[in-house]
Amino acid sequence: MGTLVEEILSHRLGRSVRAGETVVAEVDAVMAHDVTGPLAIDAFRSLEMPLWNPDRTIFSFDHVFPSNSVAASALHRRIREFAVEHGVRNLLAEGICHVVMVERGFVRPGGVVVGADSHSTTYGALGCFATGMGSTDIGVTMATGRSWFRVPETVRVEVRGDLPRGVQAKDVALHVIRALGAEGANYMAVEWGGPTVSAMGVSERLTLANLSVDMGAKCGLCEVDASTWAYLGLPDGGEMRAHSPAYARVFEVDAATLEPQVAAPPQIDNVLPLSEVAGTRLDEVFIGSCANGRIEDMAIAAGILEGRQVNPGTRTIVVPGSRRTYVEALERGYIDTFVRAGALVMAAGCGPCLGRQHGTLGAGERALSTSMRNYPGRMGSPEADIYLANPAVAAASALAGAIADPREVR
Amino acid sequence: MGRVFAFGDGISTDAIMPGRYNLTTDAAQLAKACFVEYRPGFADAVRPGDVIVAGSNFGCGSSREHAPLSIKAVGIGAVVARSFARIFYRNAVNLGLPVIRCPELVDAVREGDEIEVDVLSGIIRSGGRAYQGEAPSAVARRISEAGSLVELIRTRGWAAIEEVI
Repeated sequence: MGTLVEEILSHRLGRSVRAGETVVAEVDAVMAHDVTGPLAIDAFRSLEMPLWNPDRTIFSFDHVFPSNSVAASALHRRIREFAVEHGVRNLLAEGICHVVMVERGFVRPGGVVVGADSHSTTYGALGCFATGMGSTDIGVTMATGRSWFRVPETVRVEVRGDLPRGVQAKDVALHVIRALGAEGANYMAVEWGGPTVSAMGVSERLTLANLSVDMGAKCGLCEVDASTWAYLGLPDGGEMRAHSPAYARVFEVDAATLEPQVAAPPQIDNVLPLSEVAGTRLDEVFIGSCANGRIEDMAIAAGILEGRQVNPGTRTIVVPGSRRTYVEALERGYIDTFVRAGALVMAAGCGPCLGRQHGTLGAGERALSTSMRNYPGRMGSPEADIYLANPAVAAASALAGAIADPREVR
Repeated sequence: MGRVFAFGDGISTDAIMPGRYNLTTDAAQLAKACFVEYRPGFADAVRPGDVIVAGSNFGCGSSREHAPLSIKAVGIGAVVARSFARIFYRNAVNLGLPVIRCPELVDAVREGDEIEVDVLSGIIRSGGRAYQGEAPSAVARRISEAGSLVELIRTRGWAAIEEVI
């Protein structure tokens, strides 16, 4: 009985737990990536303990992969050497950790996963308690298979109404973040539900869970239904939802009234309706990331870019979220569409999101991104401006060279 | 006794430690990069024991532990804020960087003011007044007493945490 997070953690612990309690729980998997991994390895080594489980320890090369610097190469080498030393075979180098972890079956409904990356909340879309932590916590879990958690209170976001054309999960999330604020769910769980979420594909639910951390949440969760199991390629294991939950807050959204949303600088809760920022000139458009880098997002962007040319004054960078996404985009002709449209298609990974690999912004430049962070300095110079939006808005903006409405593309 | 370095609301880990500077785990290198673009010259200006006083949601964004590590390595003695982002707060506790919530103090001090933080009691003195910071959770206190999470788990295992929850 309880909220979804209480249900999951109660099941894991074999006793009923409630928000406010602190628990030590076993995890199913522990993940770090090429930037947070080396610090986690340092913490692990300081513990002087054996590795808990090499098969459930995962390293993802995605933030700076392939390496673009001697420093990044050194980090990668440290991880590879550690993996050899401890028999870790899960060295994923095929896209963004949060896309690949789901594809490779490390995330299961009812499970518990921790990752040394804040957007580990993404897995909650599959009914898994998943949270991002720092490297020290992850190093401790690598040694012990456990971590401590304060069971969070829950904000229930109840979404009703059909999404209008051009409006997607990203817009629902930005609308909620505007209302609750960038720390509106600090330390809490966000439970996304209601008829609109039930009707969404799992890819869109992953976007909702992903963005939960950007209002401070410890985890973002969606109910488990037949589509969850189907997405994972598993036999239907039944539904999982809250039972007689006591929510700290319920926030209702009428999706039918939304227009596309844009988060303007300097942070994600500065959300405006698209119409208020349309026409803003752009130097760069980025389509990808763990928020919107899945095949469904590629399909939306390709549908708008097909047979058209991006504005020559705007760098348009498309980064499929994973190798699987890339291959599927190839097979469906999306990659052909992107390249012919004049977009730069890069290897699967985190791409320009964190300003480190390529597409780095200079002072005075302005970008629109389908990612989830627009703090000053996120994608490069702190004097660059970053706008966040859904993939349809991004594709339409790439054509126009300015923030544009996808519903008006002819 | 240290000096106040004042910051506003929503200081992200991208401001503290931009993604282009954390391709190292070396504390000295990370210290040099602390606020390198957001507030150039910060690393050179800090003297050991100085204190960051910030607004709400300090440390929001990325989980990169390089951020609190750089603040600790540059010599900052404590961070006092109106509120902290969840992951940053936990990372700081794990590393032994004192982090104290104290909205009243944040409203009362300015850049360059003299300040003294008693980390164990959470009492902060500045301008002839004393302010009581919010008490940490039992788990955070236990980690702080051990010096770091690694030290606590290495010497006593999970029992050290299980006995206070």
